[in-house]
Amino acid sequence: MELYQKTIHDIAAHLKAKKLSSVELTKATLAHLKAVEPKVQSFITVTEETALAQAAEADKKIASGTNVTPLTGIPLGIKDLLCTKGVQTTCASKMLEGFKPPYNATVVERLNAAGAVMVGKTNMDEFAMGSSTETSYYKKTKNPWNLSCVPGGSSGGSASCVSADQAFGSLGSDTGGSIRQPASLCGIVGLKPTYGRVSRYGLIAFASSLDQIGPMTKDVEDCALMMNVISGHDEKDSTSADVAVPDYAVEMKKSIKGLKIGIPKEFFPKELNPEVSEAVKKAIEQLKSLGAEVHEISLPHSPYSLAAYYVLAPSEASSNLARYDGVRYGLRVSGENIVEMYSKTRAAGFGPEVKRRIMLGTYALSSGYYDAYYLKALKVRRLIKQDYDKAFEKVDVIVTPTVPNPAFKFGEKTDNPLTMYLEDIFTISINIAGVPALSLPCGISKTDLPIGLQIIGKPFDEAALLKTAYAYEQSTDWHKRKPSLKES
Amino acid sequence: MAFEDYEPIIGLEVHCELKTATKLFCGCPTTFGNEANTQVCPVCLGLPGTLPVMNGKAVEFAVKIGHALNCTIASYSKMDRKNYYYPDLPKAYQVSQYDKPLNYGGHLDIVTKEGTKRIGVTRAHLEEDAGKLVHAGGKSGRLDSSDYSLADYNRGGIPLVEIVSEPDIRSSEEAHAYLTALKSILLYIAVSDCNMEEGSLRCDANVSIRKKGTEKFGTRTEIKNMNSFKFVKQAIEYEIKRQAVVLDKGERVVQESRLWDVTENKTKSMRSKEEAHDYRYFPEPDLVPIILDPAYVQKLKVELPELPSAKRARFVTEFGLTPYDAGVLTSEQELGQWFEAGAKFTKNPKGFANWMMGDMAAQMKEQEKELTDLKFDQKKLAELVELVDAGTINSKQAKEVFLELFNEGASPVEVVKSKGMAQVSDPKAIEDAVDKVLAENPAVVADYKGGKQGVIGFLVGKVMQASQGKANPKMVNEMIKKKLDS
Amino acid sequence: MALSEKDVQYVAKLARLEVTEQEVAKYTQQLGNILGYIEEMGKLDTANVEPLTHPLDMKNVFREDAVKPSLTQAEVLSNGPEVQSGHFKVPKIM
Repeated sequence: MELYQKTIHDIAAHLKAKKLSSVELTKATLAHLKAVEPKVQSFITVTEETALAQAAEADKKIASGTNVTPLTGIPLGIKDLLCTKGVQTTCASKMLEGFKPPYNATVVERLNAAGAVMVGKTNMDEFAMGSSTETSYYKKTKNPWNLSCVPGGSSGGSASCVSADQAFGSLGSDTGGSIRQPASLCGIVGLKPTYGRVSRYGLIAFASSLDQIGPMTKDVEDCALMMNVISGHDEKDSTSADVAVPDYAVEMKKSIKGLKIGIPKEFFPKELNPEVSEAVKKAIEQLKSLGAEVHEISLPHSPYSLAAYYVLAPSEASSNLARYDGVRYGLRVSGENIVEMYSKTRAAGFGPEVKRRIMLGTYALSSGYYDAYYLKALKVRRLIKQDYDKAFEKVDVIVTPTVPNPAFKFGEKTDNPLTMYLEDIFTISINIAGVPALSLPCGISKTDLPIGLQIIGKPFDEAALLKTAYAYEQSTDWHKRKPSLKES
Repeated sequence: MAFEDYEPIIGLEVHCELKTATKLFCGCPTTFGNEANTQVCPVCLGLPGTLPVMNGKAVEFAVKIGHALNCTIASYSKMDRKNYYYPDLPKAYQVSQYDKPLNYGGHLDIVTKEGTKRIGVTRAHLEEDAGKLVHAGGKSGRLDSSDYSLADYNRGGIPLVEIVSEPDIRSSEEAHAYLTALKSILLYIAVSDCNMEEGSLRCDANVSIRKKGTEKFGTRTEIKNMNSFKFVKQAIEYEIKRQAVVLDKGERVVQESRLWDVTENKTKSMRSKEEAHDYRYFPEPDLVPIILDPAYVQKLKVELPELPSAKRARFVTEFGLTPYDAGVLTSEQELGQWFEAGAKFTKNPKGFANWMMGDMAAQMKEQEKELTDLKFDQKKLAELVELVDAGTINSKQAKEVFLELFNEGASPVEVVKSKGMAQVSDPKAIEDAVDKVLAENPAVVADYKGGKQGVIGFLVGKVMQASQGKANPKMVNEMIKKKLDS
Repeated sequence: MALSEKDVQYVAKLARLEVTEQEVAKYTQQLGNILGYIEEMGKLDTANVEPLTHPLDMKNVFREDAVKPSLTQAEVLSNGPEVQSGHFKVPKIM
């Protein structure tokens, strides 16, 4: 096995034992990154110089033994909607081409404090709006398992770079499934924390009441290690919860004997892809054999979650993206007067999916429609949350497929926006309720594409997710499979 | 139809900048007048990814305003986004309050020539200020003819409380009285500098007219850009007349925003800028609701300093001042405090007040001195009051002594002693002086005895002259009368 | 509630997005479909349901009124498309 193919916890042991330096590791990782990048296209910006400087700093820490954490010296990818001081942050949009934030996102500060190394900013759907990374202004990222297929989205680059071993882990963001769906499509682990678990300061906002940042990793232990670093209260984020952070790496190893697992009938429709259905059911059986109890539950309002989401998210987005007006940063297209400047700038700076969602959101909030759309969606939101609250009175975690299908081909779902939106059908209610959820691989399709298992937990009970996932993972070898980087 | 047949309906919206140390959502300072864009951070610049965190002090000040205006303080309040595009608005939305304001349902009492009137306060809510635009290029550097504008975000994010009155105001005088009373209250509770020149107090007026005796409100216009109370009064007066002319012609008043033009003394339509705004208000997802502990809210009420109206009433009952005097002395908080501290040292607070409002105010104005510049304290002024009341010196002498007090800080008692100014009130001495003057002025005496009683003033004056002004004028007057009438 | 081209033009104006005629037609159709799907929510009886604006049950998050360092003027203007004498420059407003 090559160095860059190892997990964080494996390679950290090497670094600690001084078998190699972070600079050596980073150089090797960057070399591989660049070798496969023409095929995969995971990165908008590769930050080689920064990475090597950070690696050198990490080596100093390791040498002196001060401030060494499990992430010290480890090369990671950062989704390009997280602000990185002095480093281009584009949200995969023309609107922010060349934009260099004068500050770091809190999660980036925490990774830096932990001694991590940033190899680059990863590709994504423009402003996080999409499920395939096809709406990126800069490039299309390929799924390492089949280069003619999408990696999922919006955190497509964050998923592909981990899957293709271009980084040991990455940060993504999830508003309707944007960590979990690409994790599922690329055969890796992705966790969307409870809303408020991880600070949103420095996360370029899409939908403020739904967005969360989370780790994307090769295995569950790596996910726990990253969660330990990024989680916790931040005074710069008023929606950040002041709830203690357990040691997830310790929690992860606890027994799942007697753990009650809920299987919601709404997530297993008759039309569900039979390969997905079979893989997930097998995984549930596996969990049973590890000591968990399985109960059938219902989340009766989940069929309405997509409708509610496609009011709430675009509405908040229409407001969050209004600031891109060509005045203080980003693209400016000149005009005779300010209104012309605004309109031309925004027409040129945003792609069609972003424009669609802005218009949808503007419409839903506009005078005369607020009650029918936005207010209605907020009420449906409460019903969806109540479903989860009720379910969690009976069970500890809920298990479902992550997505209805494995990776699809480029262009397959871009004609009709609605078909793309339906990809998120199993992930979306989780964001609406604000609960945490994780995806990890549970099978491979006949066409050699990964299938993902979603585990949903109670608010602030990421520990239960991690221990359930860990127990399952360690009793299988899906996490050891590597993609072929071939096209078919 | 004449102008007098119409009744004006006026509502005022006052924006008050809070004098917190920092902005509403970030730690940037709120100081005025510094170089452009030097008090800006990622949050108040609206950089992508930034988030607001509410300034607790701003909430405290806002609640104090609510209490001072007799409002109900909301048990549940939240912030909302008001979405619109303008280059002074960095996020293209203003964080404000829409349907759950912090304070509502209050009132403010004003005093005009007609008496006391209660003006309703609909709401007083918290919101952030926008940046400042300078319009440049073009013909006059004004908004409507400029080629370009320059944006400075130092002011962006400073906390504002928007105070909205009910349309209870019926004249420009009432509007002026409302603004004066409101400013006084805001200064008393020390939440704002209320400086209109610096923009820490701003006023927009909503004006409409209706035929007297009718109930339905007419179409209203919003008048902006009035940066002094005087201009507010003038603008309202102009607008009332303008609307009357429009209606008299049989035309309709257009609902629009109008700017007060100080050079032409007119309101002018801003129509080309205006379209009906669809603000698309929705609850601010980056902030959490404000649900204040009733004990905390009550504590703020109890801790409020005595407000101008209460102080005025107390000055009348406690010190026997007239309402007018009480009004003058409470017009500035420091003045009222100075008076009250001084009233302790005198049996004649009214007399003490008269000195403050008369000679002291005149000298302070002429010499451009503030209370803090005075060379004397209240005890010394009280001495002067006592000297006059005891008859030791007369009022003319007292004015002389006052000047010494004001200019040198000299003790009145000492001045009178050293200058030997003590009024002569010895009856024998007065009788002697009167006898002498009567003897020296037989013609005048004859006039008086002949019926010309007014000449007594001349005789009193002669005695005062002879005594170098030291004679007790009252006693002189009585003595002369006694001698001549007998 | 059928979405018309006029609605799309109004919304594009509110959102300061310049749109071509073809775009208006395309967006009217696409947004119309999405709205049709969204109107499914209308089937749910939510008369007695309180809206949920925040997934977290939080309140009263306040900070101290203490000054923190601001950016320098240069940092503030660093990403500005057009700056002049310490300000951001924009074309005429009226």
